[in-house]
Amino acid sequence: MTERSRVVTPEVAAGAGASASASAERSAERPAERPARPPSVLGAVAGAPTWFRYALLAVGLGVALWLPNGLYPTVAVDIACWALFAVSVDLLLGFTGLLSFGHAAFWGTSAYVTGLVAIHAGAPFPVAVLGGALAAAALAAPIGYLAVRRTGIYFAMVTLAFAQMVYYVANEWRSVTRGENGLQGVPRELAGLDLTDEYYFYYAALPIVLAGLFAAWRIVNSPFGRVLVGIRDNPARARALGYPVHRYKLTVFVLSGFIAGLGGGLFAVGHRFVALDVLHWTTSGKAVIMVVLGGIGTLWGGLLGAAVLVRLEDWLSFSGFDTIGLVTGGIFVLVVLLFRRGIWGSVAALAQRLAAGRRRDS
Amino acid sequence: MTGQPLLSVRGLTRDFRGFRAVDGVDLDVTAGSVHALVGPNGAGKTTLFNLLTGFLRPSGGRIALDGRDVTGLPPERMAQLGVARSFQITSLFPRLSAREHLELALQSGSGLGWRFWRSAKLLRRYRNRTEELLELVGLGAHADTTADVLAYGRKRALELAIALALEPKVLLLDEPTAGMGLEDVDRTVDLIGRVRDGRTVVLVEHNMSVVGRVADRVTVLRAGRVLVEGTYQEVRVDERVISAYLGTAATGVDDVAR
Ligand SMILES: Nc1ncnc2c1ncn2[C@@H]1O[C@H](COP(=O)(O)OP(=O)(O)OP(=O)(O)O)[C@@H](O)[C@H]1O
Ligand SMILES: [Mg+2]
Repeated sequence: MTERSRVVTPEVAAGAGASASASAERSAERPAERPARPPSVLGAVAGAPTWFRYALLAVGLGVALWLPNGLYPTVAVDIACWALFAVSVDLLLGFTGLLSFGHAAFWGTSAYVTGLVAIHAGAPFPVAVLGGALAAAALAAPIGYLAVRRTGIYFAMVTLAFAQMVYYVANEWRSVTRGENGLQGVPRELAGLDLTDEYYFYYAALPIVLAGLFAAWRIVNSPFGRVLVGIRDNPARARALGYPVHRYKLTVFVLSGFIAGLGGGLFAVGHRFVALDVLHWTTSGKAVIMVVLGGIGTLWGGLLGAAVLVRLEDWLSFSGFDTIGLVTGGIFVLVVLLFRRGIWGSVAALAQRLAAGRRRDS
Repeated sequence: MTGQPLLSVRGLTRDFRGFRAVDGVDLDVTAGSVHALVGPNGAGKTTLFNLLTGFLRPSGGRIALDGRDVTGLPPERMAQLGVARSFQITSLFPRLSAREHLELALQSGSGLGWRFWRSAKLLRRYRNRTEELLELVGLGAHADTTADVLAYGRKRALELAIALALEPKVLLLDEPTAGMGLEDVDRTVDLIGRVRDGRTVVLVEHNMSVVGRVADRVTVLRAGRVLVEGTYQEVRVDERVISAYLGTAATGVDDVAR
């Protein structure tokens, strides 16, 4: 029996007071308390004044409305779809601390379901996309149920494994997915409008994209989002406060699957075509890269990551590059090594430092 | 001290790979009392807490809360049933402010946590209660400081505040004064005195003067077993207790061979 007892008698104990672990912790105590930098929960712009946040929102909406005028409309549509996907991944990675490496399962499932609904039922594309996203959410429930029982790298592995299974099933189930040929001729039906021009399709799709982004923002800035952040930072503490951690993780996993599904469904309609690579693991990886590029836990960083990566890939393939992966991979490595906070996070940190400097000067 | 036991433990046992950290413990905590657990390092006090709060499953024995069998329930269920705890090693949300800690604790019982479609501004309804609790533990001036930069004593105070925010029936405090300076110790003792009304408190405490000041009953654990139970005055002069403590003193200090 081990009794590494330093506290020997009640009298000595009264004098000593501290147990070993506590005194170790005490020595780690920070000497100075920094003044309150307002809460970190809400991502990088939380500390910014209200007018600034509204200005940012206005700029964002402005860019969204202008986008197909400044870029090829096809590229603009891709950016919008991938933005939804990236944001759905950040909901898990940045705000719940879960790295899903199998989100292509939801993006791709929705793409197929959307395509099938649009082709076979001739449904208006928003209905088809909604159907696809619901299918993705339905798939996320059982996968999430099993995955949230794991943490860290094991969680990533479980999600990857399930995504590979979904890929395999889609590959085998040719009567439905058409295998290598893919689903062709996905229609863009909406109230008899002519949406064959990508330019107009972008604007038809934009409300769905904005709704998805708003949903993600709302989730993060809700009482539920607070619990998620608590779970991310200290799950044991969250449980001791009465929060069933698994059920919260499962809920956000399903919500994330739904938002990824919105993106995947629009992607299918946008390309009028669904091929197996929507389910490929590299698709999952691309979404994760976008989040890291833009900044984990910043939500809007995902938009930037998507924009940069899609634009870059388009430009590289246009200029006849056949090693796109090498370039994007290289940029990814640079960001991870030099700007760990990603684009959004680094810019926000810089802005905060400038603002703090100005306050000191005045 | 008569009254119903609010927390009743029978034959509680926990093994770690053949090592028995808690060994057939019987314990009754009277409703409304302050009950101290003392004992040398490694006696099994924290393990007992982990069993009582669902963080560990017992290898044997039963736990009843208010007459209801709660053996083996997970931590979140125990918290929902009114068992709140603080941790021996401070356990907070580093990047949340003190206020956000309180809001998180206060919304716990409300079901608000599931409303992912509502604004977090809803949490403003807890503003008054938050201020009250922060004042109570002396953190009134630190509402917007994130936990990672709070000084040690203030972290302990914040832990106490979020446990209190749950309005628990039983409050389990694992060494609430450990590592504190004299002043903070006094304030914590004071605080326990103020919050004990209508509540039951179980605390692990090495500081015997604190035990003497706050505890109605004391249980002495040693090597996972209950050695003695009684009032502070009884326990203090009990020969078994003295010899147990002296015994460890006589065999030396650290890491006596098994
Ligand atoms: N998870 C674990 N796995 C293995 N052994 C453990 C575990 N937790 C505790 N123990 C062992 O059980 C015994 C009791 O530990 P416990 O932390 O309950 O003691 P304690 O009375 O709280 O001591 P202290 O005063 O140092 O806090 C110790 O010997 C410890 O090493
Ligand atoms: Mg302990």
